[in-house]
Parts: sequence; C-alpha cells; structure tokens
Amino acid sequence: MTAWRRALDVVFRVLALVVLFLALASLAVLIYDVWRDGAGRLSWQFLTSFPSRRPEEAGIWHALTGSVFVILVTAALAAPIGVAAAIYLEEYGTRSVAARLIEINITNLAAVPSIIYGLLGLGLFVRALAMGRSVLAGASTLALLVLPVIILSTREALRAVPSSIREGSYALGATKWQTIWYQVLPVALPGILTGMILALSRAIGETAPLITIGALTFVAFAPDGLWSPFTVLPIQIFNWVSRPQVEFRTNAAAGILVLLVLLLTMNAAAIWLRDRYQKKLA
Amino acid sequence: MSPSTSLRASPSTRLRASPSARLRARRFEFLIEWALFLCALLSIGTTAGILVVLAVETFAFLREVPITDFLFGTEWTPLFATPRFGVLPLVMGTVLVSAIAMVVALPAGLLSAIYLSEYANPRVRRVIKPVLEILAGVPTVVYGYFALLFVTPVLQRVVPGLAGFNALGPGIVMGIMILPLVSSLSEDAMQGVPRGLREGSFALGATRMQTSLRVVLPAAFSGITAAFILAASRAIGETMIVAIAAGQQPRLTWNPLVPIETMTAYIVQVSLGDTPQGTLEYRTIFAVGMLLFLGTFGLNLVSAWLRGRYREEYA
Repeated sequence: MTAWRRALDVVFRVLALVVLFLALASLAVLIYDVWRDGAGRLSWQFLTSFPSRRPEEAGIWHALTGSVFVILVTAALAAPIGVAAAIYLEEYGTRSVAARLIEINITNLAAVPSIIYGLLGLGLFVRALAMGRSVLAGASTLALLVLPVIILSTREALRAVPSSIREGSYALGATKWQTIWYQVLPVALPGILTGMILALSRAIGETAPLITIGALTFVAFAPDGLWSPFTVLPIQIFNWVSRPQVEFRTNAAAGILVLLVLLLTMNAAAIWLRDRYQKKLA
Repeated sequence: MSPSTSLRASPSTRLRASPSARLRARRFEFLIEWALFLCALLSIGTTAGILVVLAVETFAFLREVPITDFLFGTEWTPLFATPRFGVLPLVMGTVLVSAIAMVVALPAGLLSAIYLSEYANPRVRRVIKPVLEILAGVPTVVYGYFALLFVTPVLQRVVPGLAGFNALGPGIVMGIMILPLVSSLSEDAMQGVPRGLREGSFALGATRMQTSLRVVLPAAFSGITAAFILAASRAIGETMIVAIAAGQQPRLTWNPLVPIETMTAYIVQVSLGDTPQGTLEYRTIFAVGMLLFLGTFGLNLVSAWLRGRYREEYA
C-alpha cells in the first residue's frame, strides 16, 4: 500500500512539473516564433521610417514615438493622482466608511476589462470634453486604466515603511503631512516607482482602449503635441497582422520584437529598483 | 548652560509660535487632507463615469430596439441593410472562447500552483515565478499574433476542418494568457493555509499528494474559486486575441472550428470604422459594452466576496 501511494505521489509530482514546464515552454515558443518571423526585418530603416503601402519600405517611427509620448503623458497624469489617493487611503482615512467604499471600488476597477475604459474614454474625453482623437484623450484614458494598479502598488510600498519612522517624526513635533512628505515618501519612493513602471508597462502594451477611442491605424507623422492625432506600436502591429500579405505580417513580428524589448527594459528597471529597495530595508 | 535648561528652552520657543501661524499650519494640513481625499474619490468618479457613459447610450439604443429583441434575439446583423440586434450570437461567441480558455487554464494553473506551493523548493520558486509574471505581462496583441499565425496553423495539421479564423486557437492562447493569474492567486490561497494542517496530515502518514489534494485544496477552496472566477472575468473581457484570431462572424454555435465573433471583438470592429456619433450603430457598442461591464463586474464582486470569506476563515 505504502509503495503504491509513494509511486502515485511521484507520478503526481512529475505531472505537475510537466504542466508547469509546458506553460513556461509556451513563452519560449512564442518568443522563438516571433523572432523567426521578424528578426530579419529589424533594421535602422525599419525603426526610423513612416508607414507605407509598400511593406518593405514601411517602418514604425510614428508608432514608436506615439507610444513613448502617450506613456509619458499618461505617467504625468496618473502618477500624482495615484500616489495622492494611495496616501489618503493608507495614512488618513483608513477607518472611515468612505475609505472602505473607495477601497472596494478600486479593487473592482482593477478588474474591469480595458475595452470598457476605451468606451469611457470615447464617451467622456473624445466626445463630452471634445478632446477629439488626440494624444491627450488617449493618455487620459490610459491614466484612468492604470490608476487602480498604481494606487494598489503605492499602498503596498507605503505599508512597508516601518511605523517607527512615523512615530519618531511625530515625537519631534512634526505634523502629519510633514511626516509623510519628509519621512514616509522618501523611504517608500523606490517601491512606488517600481509599481509605477510595472503599471505603465501594462499600459504601453494596451491596444483595445486606444482603438475604441479612435486612435488612427494609419498615421504618416510623429505626434507633435497634446492635441495631435496619434497611433501606438500595438495598434500598428494589429494593423499589420490584420492584412493578408505575408510581408506585412513580417513587419508585425518585427514590431512585436521592438515592443517586447521596450517592455523588457521597463521590467528590468523595475526589478532592479525592487532589489535595491529590498536590500536597503533589510 | 546646563542640559536641563536647554531642554526646557527649545520646545517652549518652538511651540510658542504665534497663534496665526499655528492656525495657518492647521489650515494647510486640512487642505492637504481634502486634496488627497479628492484624488481618492476620483476612483468612484471613474466607476460613475463608466456607468453614466454606458447607460446614456444604452438607453438611447433601447429606445429604438426593444430590450427583449436585444437580449434574446438570435441574429446580430447591425451593419446590414435590414439590421437585427439580437446579442445572443456575440454572447455565445464570448462564452465559447472563454470556456475553451478556462479548460486550458484551470487544470494547468491549479497544478502549477500546487507544484509551486507544495513541492517546489524556494530556489525553484524564485526562478519560476518571475517567468510566469513575464507570461502575464506579454501584450495581448502579441498573443493575438501567436494565435493567428502559429497556434491555428499548427492545429490545422491535427484538426481537420479547422478554419483560419476559429474559436479553438484563440481560446487555447487565451488560456495560456490567464494561466499565470490562476496559478498565482491559487498559490496565494494555498500559502494561506496554516502549516499545522499539513503537519497533521503528514503525521498521519499521508503523502504530499494526499495532503495537497485532500487537506490543502479543500482548506483553500474559497480562495481558489475566487481565482477561477476572476480568471473567467478576464477571459470574457479579453479583446485583442479574439479580435485578431477568432474572426468577425457573429454566429450562434458551439462549434469551435468556425469563425465567430465575441462582444469585445465587435466593439473593436465598429471602432475601426469611422462611425458617426449618434447613429444606432454607434450606440450598439455601448449597449454591448454595458452587457460586458455588468457581466464582468458581477463576477469580480463574487470573486472579491469569496476572497474576503476565505481570509476570515484563517484570520
């Protein structure tokens, strides 16, 4: 009996490991597939050219600059509001009914499908506030999308600050805000930045909400201001994937490689910050 | 000067700030708190905004299309000359793809979670968990490319009659996409089970497998269910994979081999065209969006409630 149970245990363990390995292998296959399709297309010309009807002349300069520009504006909008909201929930209103309600609401918002934010952006920013299909409308939509994520991660970072730091500051006669501004925030900053970068790296890969607000799929110029029409890298990739010609799909694969490198850089920065932070607190 | 006098002197000079200065300081603290509160309140504003935007256009839509036609109609042809607005084909497409995704993600995610939580040593976990995070962070448009140009062609060699656009390929890829979510949330739930329960089980002579399946899993049940429901909600709201690889043909079918259309893919399809504001066609995407929002929001609430309950059990 015992031997039979032991054997079953080993079988189960191997099965679980194989499944886990398959999941990880699918990531490897995905990256290999994209690399095989698109690596040959990567070149300086591809990075710096504008879209074209001829696939071999087309490039991603407009989409790359659009992505970077939109993300920077998104960060400028979402970062201060997100951190402020997190400070309120973590340091001020922890026990009030309003704070509890806001908390539940934020958890739910974090799980709302991104395309719903696109519809919100279309109805609110593009139409009601008459921003049109501009960089500002796109960035505002993405800012609302990443706010819950930023708030949740900032709260984690604030919670990790030892309460002795706050108490020491109060004992010296500092007010609540002085304590937060001069003591808590500097300690929590690396953690806050880590969460921020991860949230923005999610936003930079978003396609659906920006398509919904009507970001263009064919733009022949780089965005030159907040009111400029724009496109982003994921939308350009989507546009190329949707075409039947193989050459355009090669372009899509090359675009994906650039997008993945962009994401990997952001994630590496976040992990580096997190490691530094953990060492400092330990 | 003796230490005692200096100790007495410094606080008195500090605290004897003029009353007006203290008042100003207090007013400043008050203003800060309100500003922070308003920022937090913006999240409620976001939810309200979503509801208002969706509701306004949905009501306008329902004034022209009876709600029973919308909810129970079996034909969705809003772009035809004689439009029909029965949303069921879109709902069915969504449910079909999500179901395929869940069939992939639930067992695989749960097994991965059991391995990571109950078998793996800390060093292995430290390597595997970031890789799973990367899997979760891949943009969905990339998964769409993968589904259309790799998974579907591979499947076509095995499955006869599989169309170029279908529910099967994107469903499987979507399962891979939500697997990390299932795995990490389930693992959290299992980690929350007290060590004592496992030790008691081992002491009775149970193997790791018996302990995992008969002690840890039941104890973490509500947490794991919460993970499954949240994953289902993610699958239903997922857009780009199905917009790229599932086709654009609303069809009332359980057949995973033919092109279909999901609610999210329909919203993308209309958004790509230049639809003028105020037309019935423009309003359909808000009506479909409302249905999508209510469905996922309901699932999220159930999931949050289950998670809360499970936390209470071992608090």
